This record gives sequence, C-alpha cells and structure tokens, in this order.
Amino acid sequence: MPSTAATGQESTTFAARELTKRFGARTALNAISFELVPGELVAVIGPNGAGKTTLLSMLAGVQRPSSGEVTLPPERIGWVPQQPALYSKLSVAENLRLFARLEQLADPEAAVTTMLAQTDLEDRADEEVGRLSGGNQQRVNIAIGLLSEPSALLLDEPSSSLDPRQRERLWSFIGGLAGRGTTVVYSTHNVAEAERYADRVIVLADGELLFIGTPTELEATVGGDPRDFEAAFVRFLHERGH
Amino acid sequence: MRWLFIKDLQILRRSPLLVGLLIVYPIAIALMIGFALSSPPGKPKVAYYSAVAPGQGAINFGSQKINISSYAGQLFQSIQPIRVHSRDEAIAKVRSGEALAALIIPADIPQQIQSLVTTGVGSPTVELVLNSKDPLERQFVDQAINSRLNDVEQAVSKQVLRVAVSDLGQVLNGGSIQFLGQSFPLLGLRNSRTILRGTIASLPAGSPLKVALQQVVDFSTLAIQGLGFASPVLGSIGTPLTVNRTELSGSTTPTDAYAVAIAVIVSLMFLALLLAAGMLAIEREEHAYSRLVRGLISPGRLLGEKVVLSAACAGAVALLMAACVSAFVHLQWGRFPLWVISLAFAALAFGALGVAIGGLAREVRAASLLAFLLALPIAFVALVPANAVSGGLKAVLDVVAFVFPFKAALQAVGNAFNGTEPGIGWPLLHLLVLTVAFWGIARLSLRRFAQ
Repeated sequence: MPSTAATGQESTTFAARELTKRFGARTALNAISFELVPGELVAVIGPNGAGKTTLLSMLAGVQRPSSGEVTLPPERIGWVPQQPALYSKLSVAENLRLFARLEQLADPEAAVTTMLAQTDLEDRADEEVGRLSGGNQQRVNIAIGLLSEPSALLLDEPSSSLDPRQRERLWSFIGGLAGRGTTVVYSTHNVAEAERYADRVIVLADGELLFIGTPTELEATVGGDPRDFEAAFVRFLHERGH
Repeated sequence: MRWLFIKDLQILRRSPLLVGLLIVYPIAIALMIGFALSSPPGKPKVAYYSAVAPGQGAINFGSQKINISSYAGQLFQSIQPIRVHSRDEAIAKVRSGEALAALIIPADIPQQIQSLVTTGVGSPTVELVLNSKDPLERQFVDQAINSRLNDVEQAVSKQVLRVAVSDLGQVLNGGSIQFLGQSFPLLGLRNSRTILRGTIASLPAGSPLKVALQQVVDFSTLAIQGLGFASPVLGSIGTPLTVNRTELSGSTTPTDAYAVAIAVIVSLMFLALLLAAGMLAIEREEHAYSRLVRGLISPGRLLGEKVVLSAACAGAVALLMAACVSAFVHLQWGRFPLWVISLAFAALAFGALGVAIGGLAREVRAASLLAFLLALPIAFVALVPANAVSGGLKAVLDVVAFVFPFKAALQAVGNAFNGTEPGIGWPLLHLLVLTVAFWGIARLSLRRFAQ
C-alpha cells in the first residue's frame, strides 16, 4: 500500500541534519541525515540496538541530540511512543481532552470529537483506558499523537503488541493519514511491514545510517530473490559487516 | 499546570481504596505514637495477699503507734491489685496469667519492722512473685512495684523519724506520755536542770550536796546540748535532699501538645511522601513522561505540580487532624495562621523529598516501598532524645535528622501550636532549604526518566 508521496508535491517537510547522540563514550547515533516529503511513509529498520528508538526520540524532541538538528519543531510533530503513553485510570475522552488542553489547542472539545471519530472510538469514549484491548489502547495512543494535526507523525514500533487483525486496521489508518499529506515515520522489527507499507526505508545498524531508499532499491543492492525482502535485508546487513 | 492537577485528582478519585489507605494508615500510626507518648503506662495487675491480720498492722514506737497497713494505699497507686486470700491463690493468679505478679506480705511484717526500728536488727521482707514468660512485662512490673515500695519505705522511715524527733523533744522539754489509757507528765531535761539549779541555790554554802547536784546539772546541760543538736539532724534524714527545678530553655511544649505535633507530622509525612513519590513515578510507569516533556510542560513544572499537589493534600489532612485533636488537647487557636504556614512548609519539604524518591525509584511500587521504608526511620531518628545515645552516634543521628524534614517540621509545628521554644523562623527556613535541595535532587533524577 504505497502512499501518494511519490506522486504528489515533492517539497521537503521534515529533515534531520547530522543528528548525533552520545551517551558518555558510546555513540548511539552518528551523523544521521535525511529529508522526507509530505505524505511519505518511511520505515526505520535495523537490528536490536541499532538506534531506532533513539533516532525517533530525538526527532520527536523527547531527547536532545548531542549535535545536529531537526528542521521541524516538536509542536509540529506527533509522537506515538512504543508503549501507549496514556493514563489508564482516565477514560479515552479524558485522556484526549487532557492532552488537547496541554497542547493548548483552540478548541479542545472539537479536537477530541474529531479524534474519536477518526479512530472509531466514539463508543468507547467514556471507558477507562486500562480496560481497553491493546489494539484500542494503541489507537488512543496514536489519536493523542495526532491531536495537534502535526505535519509529521512518528511511531515507535506501533504494531508490536497487536494481533494481525488489529495490525491491518492500524496500517489502514496510517495509510489514510499519509494519503492526507502527513509524513509518517515508524520503526519496526517486522521487515515485511516495512516492505509492504513504506515508501522508503531507513536502515540503521550500530548507530550508523546504512541505507535510505525504497525497498526495491534495497533488494537491488544485494540481488537474489526479489520476492524475499527479509532475506535481502539480512544479506544487506551481512555485507555491511553487521 | 492546572490540567495536570485536575488529571491527578481524577486519578486519585478513581482509586478510593488507595486514597483511603493513604489517609487512614498514617493517622492510625500517628495516633498510636501520640497515645504512646502522652499516656502514662497502665497499671499492671498484681495479685495482693497480706497475711497481716486486721488490726495487727500497727507498730509501737516510743509513745506512738504507726499503722503500716495505711501505706498499702500508696502501693496501689502504681498497681491494679487483685486481692486474694492466700499465698497459694496469689501464685495461682500469676501462673494462670490473670496477674503479672504477686505481692505477698507476711504475717509478721509488723514485728519485723518493730524489731528494726527499736533494735536496729532485722530486715523486713515482702515476697514478690513475677511471671517470667515475658521479659518486658516482667521488667515493667518489677520497676512499678520496686519504685512504689521505695516510696512506702521512705514514708515509713519519715514517720518513724517524726516519732523519734517528737520523743526526743519530750525528753528535752517535757510533756506527757500515754500509758494504759492514762496520761503521765514527763518532766524533761530542761525542767530538771532548772529545778536542780533552784535546789543548789537554796542549799547552805558548803553543803556537800551542792557539788553532787552541780555534777548532775552539768550532765543535763551536756545532754540538752547534744540532744538539741540531734533533733534537727534526725529530722533532716527524713528529707535529705530537696530538688529546686529550673527550666533554662524558656517555655517547653506540654507533653500532650508535643504528642499531637508528632502525630500530625507523621500523618503529613506519610501522605506527602507517598503521594509525591507515587504520582511522579506514575508518569513514567504510564509512559506519559516522554509525551509531556516534549514541549507540553517542563520537567521543573511537572515536579512543581507534584510537590504542590501532594503538599496540598497532606497539609489539608494534617490541618484537619490538628483541628479535630484540639477538641481534646489544648492548642492555641489564636496562632492558627502559624499552623497553616508551618504545615504548608513542612508539607512542601516532604513533598519535595517524595518527588526525589519518585524520581530515583522511577516505578510506583518501588517508589512507594522506598518512601514507606524511609518514613519511619526519619521520624525515629528525629525523636531520639539528646542523651539517649553516646556522643559519636548522637552526632551522626543529628546530621541525619538535619538533612530530612521531620525535626524541623516538628519544631515549626510545635511552635505554631503552642508558641514554644525554639522560635518558628529557623525551622521554616530549614524546611525551605530542604525543599529546594530535594527538588534539585528530583530534577537531576528526571534525566534518567525518559530513558
């Protein structure tokens, strides 16, 4: 399900320039740079410890980079952490209302209503979040990330705790967002999800940016069976010494 | 920040069991401490058997009788007597656990005391049977009875001395003596000497009786001097030492008010610590922290919200508790504004300590456990009396008490309740410094929060 990015306007909305993060002597991310266009769906993939979550945290403004910059300010970026960042004792509507007020939106109630409709959670609005299924909690989690109608949405492993049916609904929803012009960047361990839904993939390993391009381009760099993207990805990492 | 306040209050409202426990538990602990500090120890139940027959409890001393049975009442001031009718019954009461001890007065105790006071021979003995199952109870009963027996001994000694001094006075100055229901005049040494001097003056010069009578006069003069000196000496033995008490540190906190201040601070401490630590840790446990601090609210303001929220809740409960307790214990309502100020400062300091704990622990359960484990030692260290431990250990405890808010809070609230020393200024400043210090520690600990 490729997004409409490649076919629409190609102006850059979101860029990272020489992003570096050090924890003491250890370099978690080393001079990462890329540019994304509106409506683009980008997957960040890589082995464990590659720096995927660190990259998304810095793009979201949760962590400060040791050096480098992100072109969009945090308030124009929606952030969906891996674990649902919700208050389990509050209802769905109360969670949305709280963050709408903290975001200082002009009309918090309207934003809550819109998000409940977009995430198809109107019937569960008054239910405590702690009683929702993992899939519905993730929908609320994403809805909060979208409250301010951001230019870009960052999702850290959004489908990791979902069953196949919930995953399908999630990607359908995210595809809709990208279709409406929101740049979406997500990290995932599921390489098949990257191939299936992403316009481009960013491959990280040990804090280094190894590749940015379409899944097809990644397969082309290593050759082999074009029907097996995961094998191509593993071969790619192996060839790069990871 | 108000939306976070509302959110936290909503969360608390939906956890009624937790909130109820948070309020009831510290109040229960505080009341127990308060009662323990302000209530005198209860009287131990002691089986009491006196083998002295009714009417046989008197001893004769000189011209007077002393009824030693009348001193049993003094003994009963510190024990709850279970009167029994035999030694065996008394011991059975102890064995059954009905009484913690048995006090047995032998039948010949009047004779033993009589022998001691008249001849100086003998050692009057009563029997005390203790239950040795519980060493603490045993010590308690032993101390209660021994202390009261000492009082009885002193009282009997005083009475004996009073009789002795009175009799000596009669020997010196004359008087009357009761014997077989009749009163006989007693001449006395001074009167005898006067009569003898008159007799000597009336004798013819050169009378051989003059020399002999003069020797008797000289002896009586010596005896008058000696016995006249002995009377005040004997009197002074009855009360050898008088203690004049002077308080150097100005007005002191009444025991009841002090206990109330401790009870209130203990409640406030538990509530502020647990709320602040838990409410901060919950932000990380719910994974909301990273979402909040990316532009929605700064870490410093988030900490401020937790400190103020926990301080407001804990301060309100503590104030309510003080107001209720004041119905039973005298607290100066005229100083009410100082109650509010001192409780607010104390609550803020404990709230700041709470967020430091929450920031370091990072998980609600760990934060609650850590706050709980810290709370009681903080209180006990601050309450250790100055002379209860040796110098080195006392210095260490003083430092520990100084770096936690309990002692300063107790001084401030104690002063606010009753205007006692030391003044309120320094404790409030101390609490303010601790608030800032703990807030700083919490702020540093938040650096790990988003990881």
